[in-house]
Amino acid sequence: MPATMSTFYQLEFEKPIVELDRKIADAEASGSVNGELSSLREQRSKLLKELYTDLSPWNTVRVARHPNRPQTRDYLKMLGRDFTELSGDRRYGDDPAIVTGFARIGEFKVLVVGHQKGKSTQEKLDCHFGCAHPEGYRKALAKMKLAEKFGVPIVTFVDTPGAYPGLEAEKRGQAEAIAVNLREMSVIKVPIVSLVIGEGGSGGALGIAVADRVAMLANAWYSVISPEGCAAILWKQANERNNSAAADALHLTARDNLKLGIIEEVLPEPAGGAHRDPAQTAATIERWVVDSVRALKDVPPETLVQRRFERFRKLGRYQEVQAPETPVQAPEPA
Amino acid sequence: MTKAVVQSWTALRPARRTSVPEGSWLRCPSCAQMIYRRHMETNLHVCPECQHHFRIVASERVGQLVDPGSFQSEFDGLQSLDPLGFRDLKAYPDRVLAEQLKSGRPDAVLAGECFIKGRPAVLCCLDLGFMMGSMGSVVGEVVTRSVERALERGLPLVIVSCSGGARMQESGLSLMQMAKTSAALAKLDRAGLLFISVLTDPTTGGVTASFAMLGDVIIAEPKALIGFAGPRVIQQTLRQDLPEGFQRSEFLRECGLVDRVVHRHELRNEIARLIDYTGG
Repeated sequence: MPATMSTFYQLEFEKPIVELDRKIADAEASGSVNGELSSLREQRSKLLKELYTDLSPWNTVRVARHPNRPQTRDYLKMLGRDFTELSGDRRYGDDPAIVTGFARIGEFKVLVVGHQKGKSTQEKLDCHFGCAHPEGYRKALAKMKLAEKFGVPIVTFVDTPGAYPGLEAEKRGQAEAIAVNLREMSVIKVPIVSLVIGEGGSGGALGIAVADRVAMLANAWYSVISPEGCAAILWKQANERNNSAAADALHLTARDNLKLGIIEEVLPEPAGGAHRDPAQTAATIERWVVDSVRALKDVPPETLVQRRFERFRKLGRYQEVQAPETPVQAPEPA
Repeated sequence: MTKAVVQSWTALRPARRTSVPEGSWLRCPSCAQMIYRRHMETNLHVCPECQHHFRIVASERVGQLVDPGSFQSEFDGLQSLDPLGFRDLKAYPDRVLAEQLKSGRPDAVLAGECFIKGRPAVLCCLDLGFMMGSMGSVVGEVVTRSVERALERGLPLVIVSCSGGARMQESGLSLMQMAKTSAALAKLDRAGLLFISVLTDPTTGGVTASFAMLGDVIIAEPKALIGFAGPRVIQQTLRQDLPEGFQRSEFLRECGLVDRVVHRHELRNEIARLIDYTGG
C-alpha cells in the first residue's frame, strides 16, 4: 500500500552517524592531524556496524525504503550485461513499475523481471512508486512465457509496497492479473529465482515471486501487509508506536521469513545498508543468481515444476485434531 | 476464556426487553423496509422487498446449494496455530478461540463432498462469521485439499468465496496460501476439471487475488463487493469519491471480470447447468 512513502533521507536511528559525519567533515576541512581523522573514521564504521546489527523491524522497513537504495535498473546496470528491455503486455499497455528484459548475468542468459520504484520525481510518478498495475503483472507473465519457450531461466527482483490500489487497476482486473501469475508461475518449465531487494509488499510482491528459490537482502522486508496497513486495521490507528509494534508482530524481516521457511536464504548487505555500497551489494546478488541458476539449470522441467509445487504446498502451520464426531449439519434448503 | 467483562448499560438493555421475541423483524439495510425475519430466511436470506442478498454463514450456504443430506464435511480437524506469537490488541490464540465460540466453526471455511441436483461435486465455502473469512494456514490448506480431492476423484469443484483477504495474524504464511491454492488450481486446470468460483459479498484482498479469480466460470451474487484493494484504501489513495456501484458484481461483469451475476434463488440451478455443459 503506498499510503506512506516516507522519504527518510536521513534515518532517525542514524543520527549518531550523521553527527560523526559532521565531525569528520570538520576535521577534514581544518586539515587536522591524521590520527584524529582516522580514529573518527574507525569510530564511524564501528558505530555503523553496531547500528545495523539487530536493527529493529520497523527500522529495517525504513532502510528498505531508503530513497538511495538501489533498484532493479541500478542492479541491471551493475550486474547485467547487454540488457535488452522488452515492453508491453500486448493487451493494454506498458507498466514501467515492472521492468522486463533479457540480460546476461555471469555465464547465463536470463530473463530479468523486477519492480522499479523510480529515482527521479517523474520516474517515481510514472512507476507509481513501484506499485504495479495489472498490465505490469501481465507483461511479466507474457515475458516469462517467452523465456519458457526458449528455455531461458528467470530472475525476478521484488521491490514494491504493494500492487496499485486504484480505480483503473481494479477495472482492469488487478486481482485476476496477480492470481493468474501465481497459477502460471507455478507451472513454468524453466528455473525461476526471486530476490526481495527492498520491499516485499503482499500480493503485489508474490505476483512475481512464485519461484524455485526465494531469497531476501538482509534489510528487505516481506509480508502480507505493510506495518502501516496492519496498524491501521488491528491497532485502529497508524502512528509511530503502532507501526513499530505492527512491524514486530508481522515477522517481516529476512531472518523471520527464513525461520518461517518462506525464503531459502538471506543475502548480507554491506555495513550501513545496500545504499552505502551498491557495487558490493550487486556483487553479492550476482554470485547468488549465478549459483542458483547453476544449481537449477540441469533439473528436468517436470521435476523442477513438481519441486516448486511442493515448495509452496508445504507452507502453512496448523494442527490436525480429531474431527468432531457429528459432521456439521447443514440446514435443509427452503 | 475467563475474563471479567464490565458490562455497560447499553450492552445490558436488550436483554431486559423479553416481551418481544428478539429480532423477529429487521430493517433491510438496502431498502430500509421492515421485513419479517422468517420471511427473509425462507427466502434464502434475500430481502423479499428489494432482493438485497444478506450475508450468510457457510453452513447456511451449503444447505442452500446441496441436495438435502448429501453433504459430507471434510478436513474439519484442521485448526490454527500461532506460528508468530501474534498479538495486537488481543493475542491471536484468544482471538481464534473467541471466533470459534462465536461461529461454532474451527476456522473460516467449510468443505466437503456433496451432490448438487444429483451431480457429485466438491464444495468449499468460506465463512465470514470467523475473522471475516480471512485466509490463514487453515483456510489455505482446506482450499488446497478441496482442490486435491476434486483432482483425485475427478469431480467438479465449487468454491464460494467471501473474505476480507489474507489473515494478518499469520503474516507471510497467509501470503503463501495464495501461491499454494493457486498452484493447486494449476493442476486441476491441467487435468481438465471444472472449477466454478462463486463470489459473494464481500470478496477482497488475497482471496480475490488468488483462487477466487481463477474459476473456469466466475459467478457473482448481485451487488456483492468484489475487489483487490478495499474501497476505503482506494479512496485514500486517490482522494476522490468512487463512482456509484464501483467494485460491485454488475460493475465487474461490465469490466469483463466475471461471467454471470446470479440471484441466490438461481445459484443451485446455474451450478448444476454449468456442470452439465462442461461434461462434469
